[in-house]
Amino acid sequence: MDAFLDILWILIKIVAIVLPLMLCVAYYTLAERKVISYMQVRIGPNRVGPRGSLQPIADAVKLMFKEIILPTNANKTLFILAPMLSIGPALAAWAVFPFSEDLVLADINAGLLYLLALTSVGVYGVIIAGWASNSKYAFLSAIRCGAQIVAYEIAMGFALVVVLIAAGSLNLGDIVQAQAGSWGFLNWFWIPLLPIFVIYFVSGVAETNRAPFDVAEGESEIVAGFHVEYSGMTFAVFFLAEYANMILISALTAIMFMGGWLSPFHGIPLLGTLFDLVPGFIWLLLKTLVVAFLFLWFRATFPRYRYDQIMRLGWKVFIPITIVWIVLAGFFVAV
Amino acid sequence: MTFEKFLFYVFSAILVFAATMVITRRNPVHSALFLVLAFFTSSILWMLLEAEFLAIVLVLVYVGAVMVLFLFVVMMLDIDQAAMRAGFIKMLPVGLLVAGIMAVEMFLVVGPKYFGLDKYAMPAPHPADYSNTEELGNVLYTIYMYPVEIASVILLVGIIAAIGLTLRRRPDNKRIDPALQVQVKKGPDRIRVVKMPAEKKMEAK
Repeated sequence: MDAFLDILWILIKIVAIVLPLMLCVAYYTLAERKVISYMQVRIGPNRVGPRGSLQPIADAVKLMFKEIILPTNANKTLFILAPMLSIGPALAAWAVFPFSEDLVLADINAGLLYLLALTSVGVYGVIIAGWASNSKYAFLSAIRCGAQIVAYEIAMGFALVVVLIAAGSLNLGDIVQAQAGSWGFLNWFWIPLLPIFVIYFVSGVAETNRAPFDVAEGESEIVAGFHVEYSGMTFAVFFLAEYANMILISALTAIMFMGGWLSPFHGIPLLGTLFDLVPGFIWLLLKTLVVAFLFLWFRATFPRYRYDQIMRLGWKVFIPITIVWIVLAGFFVAV
Repeated sequence: MTFEKFLFYVFSAILVFAATMVITRRNPVHSALFLVLAFFTSSILWMLLEAEFLAIVLVLVYVGAVMVLFLFVVMMLDIDQAAMRAGFIKMLPVGLLVAGIMAVEMFLVVGPKYFGLDKYAMPAPHPADYSNTEELGNVLYTIYMYPVEIASVILLVGIIAAIGLTLRRRPDNKRIDPALQVQVKKGPDRIRVVKMPAEKKMEAK
């Protein structure tokens, strides 16, 4: 009976994380369309609800009621399984995420390792979708996407190793605590690990297949990418997974390099005591929003990379730099 | 039966099922995906043994990297199923013999007489703040320092050899050298002005 109650309680907590997250994803799509519109001197969606604020709801309803078309030659089971495999890891990763000092679903020792493992599993959804669709374009895109994710995962993993050396712990809460100090935002890891911060974020953009690394969806070459054959809710699930991953990368950047829930003004006289009253969750949310905005900004600003340049950047630039920084960080920690 | 024991039997059943599917499915992609499932469930079994570092690394390395590359290759294969199945009956006795010998050998080495609660005391469960990662690191970099270093050097040699075997420059390859590209100067490197004699204007008829 006790075990049953425990499981029920955990389930309630999971719903309390996933529901707001799904809402965030829905409104992130609206934010993307609005932000890019204003950057391109347009208005963007403005018909559904006041200033277009109900647009994501309308989109969700539309996608839910659309027919799911199964291509005749598709591998039916895998075709349906692929979207689930892509959203599963994107949501499961939030289990170890610390929302504030003591608000975390699973406070495990190997949190960072768990995150790394789950982000590496996310690639299956894309590869299986590309293969099961039995379409040339989907398959080409799946191969592009898979190669890109595998390449950038290594740089990302090494960047996280540097963070773990600097913090001396695999627990995300401990990593945030390691950035606390009397200097406020100058204590955070983004200053001593500046190149790693940049590499981590750029790899994150590449890992989520976002512009300027969105060759997996090269409209001009391969129609729409690995989800050409998907329609209705199955397509929507891929979309949800992509945006949930973007929010995850933003939140992790905030945790790993921007002090998580710590106040940026801590330790500064007057300002520090004033802003220490703000709950930690608000700081984390603000930092995450800043990074999430960068994703949209990139998309409106940069032209798409050429594929060989993407590979060169990943293998020949990022990985060597991170290896050098692992050695450097180890040296500084040991001294 | 405790909850852990129940979980163990559930995941063991899934593991055995997945492993059987790996060798019986006709489609190699399905086999590879069932192998992924097998890795996942065995990682959960390791988690039940409180070896969380090994469990997560199994997922990270085997599921996240090795199997992805495996799947890449398998997807692009065009395997003739009939040719693969040919001679199945003819080979069956040999296969059964080898399998039988292996089963007996394994039973002799890891049979029940070497394990069990009367041979080893039941290990006490660790407290919640026990870090498997830290324990492993402490052992690997003190007692097993030389084996770890030697293994890593062997792996490094393997990487270099693999790259060396595949690295070849084809003369007709139009590869781009970014280092040369960025060195291009604004003037003479980009535009070449070609002198040509002025053409005659066509005379109107």
